[in-house]
Amino acid sequence: MPPTVRLEYRDVTMQFAGGGQKAFTAVSEVSFSMRDREIVSLIGPSGCGKSTLLNIGAGLLAPSAGAAFVDGERVTGPNAHVAIMLQKDLLLPWRTVMENVLFGAEIQGVARDERRARAQALLAAFNLTEFAGHYPYQLSGGMRQRAALARTLAVDPSVLLLDEPFSAVDAQTRMVLQRDLALTLQRERKTALLITHDLLEAVTLSDRVLVMSRRPGRIIDEIEIALPERDNPLARRQDAKVQGYVARLMDRLDIGSTADRSAPRAAGQDSV
Amino acid sequence: MTLAPANVLVRRGAAASASLLVVFLVAWQWGPGWLGIPTFIVPPLSMVADEALRMWQVNHLLLHTGVTAGEVLAGFLIGSLMGAIFGYLLGMSPTAEVALSPYILALQIAPKVAFAPLFILWMGFTVYPKILVAVLIVFFPVMVNVLTAVRTVDPDLVNLARAFKATRAQIFWKVEFPSSLPPMFAGLRIGSTLAVVGVVVGELVGGNAGLGYLLSFGEGQANTPMVFVSILMLTLVGSVAYVAVILAERRVLHYMPARMRATLQ
Repeated sequence: MPPTVRLEYRDVTMQFAGGGQKAFTAVSEVSFSMRDREIVSLIGPSGCGKSTLLNIGAGLLAPSAGAAFVDGERVTGPNAHVAIMLQKDLLLPWRTVMENVLFGAEIQGVARDERRARAQALLAAFNLTEFAGHYPYQLSGGMRQRAALARTLAVDPSVLLLDEPFSAVDAQTRMVLQRDLALTLQRERKTALLITHDLLEAVTLSDRVLVMSRRPGRIIDEIEIALPERDNPLARRQDAKVQGYVARLMDRLDIGSTADRSAPRAAGQDSV
Repeated sequence: MTLAPANVLVRRGAAASASLLVVFLVAWQWGPGWLGIPTFIVPPLSMVADEALRMWQVNHLLLHTGVTAGEVLAGFLIGSLMGAIFGYLLGMSPTAEVALSPYILALQIAPKVAFAPLFILWMGFTVYPKILVAVLIVFFPVMVNVLTAVRTVDPDLVNLARAFKATRAQIFWKVEFPSSLPPMFAGLRIGSTLAVVGVVVGELVGGNAGLGYLLSFGEGQANTPMVFVSILMLTLVGSVAYVAVILAERRVLHYMPARMRATLQ
């Protein structure tokens, strides 16, 4: 039996009308697909259209050409199969943690008792039960991101789209959150597309890493991560093969030579 | 306990505030006499208190205060409701805002109290021109604050709601409306004090009821204590309005850290 495809991008191209100037192409003919329960990381230089791809998958943007498919259905707008999570926790300050977790389920009209039960289970899974009645400003950054992750899972999506979810928290909190995410995705049997700038995060969390080029963004490499224990990124960090993967990603991203390339621009700024 | 120092500070501040009041009242009572200021310029405290009692019995002080308070309340409620509605409509329709902004700006710059004689010409010596001046004066701070708040809602929040398949109405009621409340309350606070200004100017210009009327009546009779009593009562009406807004704000915005909320100054 062939593995189920959860999320697929087919020849997706996105052009933006660049504010009166000539249009620019953010992503160009991107095609890839994700199997059920697979975690794929998308890395690439800033402005290469990673977030654009994510927004297309979430149905927030319509591609100029090609299409995204979720669970075999063409994405034509926001849909209940996918849920997004961003770098900002986007918790609503006037809602308690519990009410924030319920936000998406409430919008989608999930029955009150059902969404409550689901939210309670998620809060328990993220060690947030005792903070259910707290307001966001009373939480630490790590707790806020966990609440945001719980909110994303509360709508029971089949695919999670995560846009640099941990880049705003400190390094130690990030490691804990990475472990929580890995465990949760394993336990809930979810498929996830993760955008990150952290190469180590990409390697330790994913089954597969896709590398994008500079704008117009294309997929220029695909690396299968053949490491055990996907639900334990902290253990994976210790694996001897990790450095090899990171080195290959650095090579593909041209890290090292970019420093030389940005030098003239920096000099230009000095002269102003 | 980390709370103790803050409590001590508050208690110290309150004590200083109370002693300042005593000093002020003493200076008011005996200061004019010491400095040789005639009582028709600055009547001492006891004289003003006697006058207040006399006005209570003879001039229907309570009735006039009630009329002014009623006008302030009506003007404030109508003005802030209209300000909020226009703020939301303009905030959600950039085209309407561009089309209307020059006129709104002109109206905002025009001194609203200058409309008082016009409104009295239109509506006679009734309570309506006074309410209308208050409506006009309260409208702008509320509208501008709501408009700005709606315009500055984090687009990522709106996108999050959209990604959850929120309808336009859901986005408004679950995201835009709640996030506009803190700035709206800032506008309401300003409006609550300005409403008194609008009403009293209307009463000064024409009519035979309200504290503004007593104010000009006292002036006509060169009754300085009466003017003082009227000013004090107007301040009282304004304070009640302001405190009411603050209390409502505390209830509604209870989710905000205490330091972000307005304090009773």
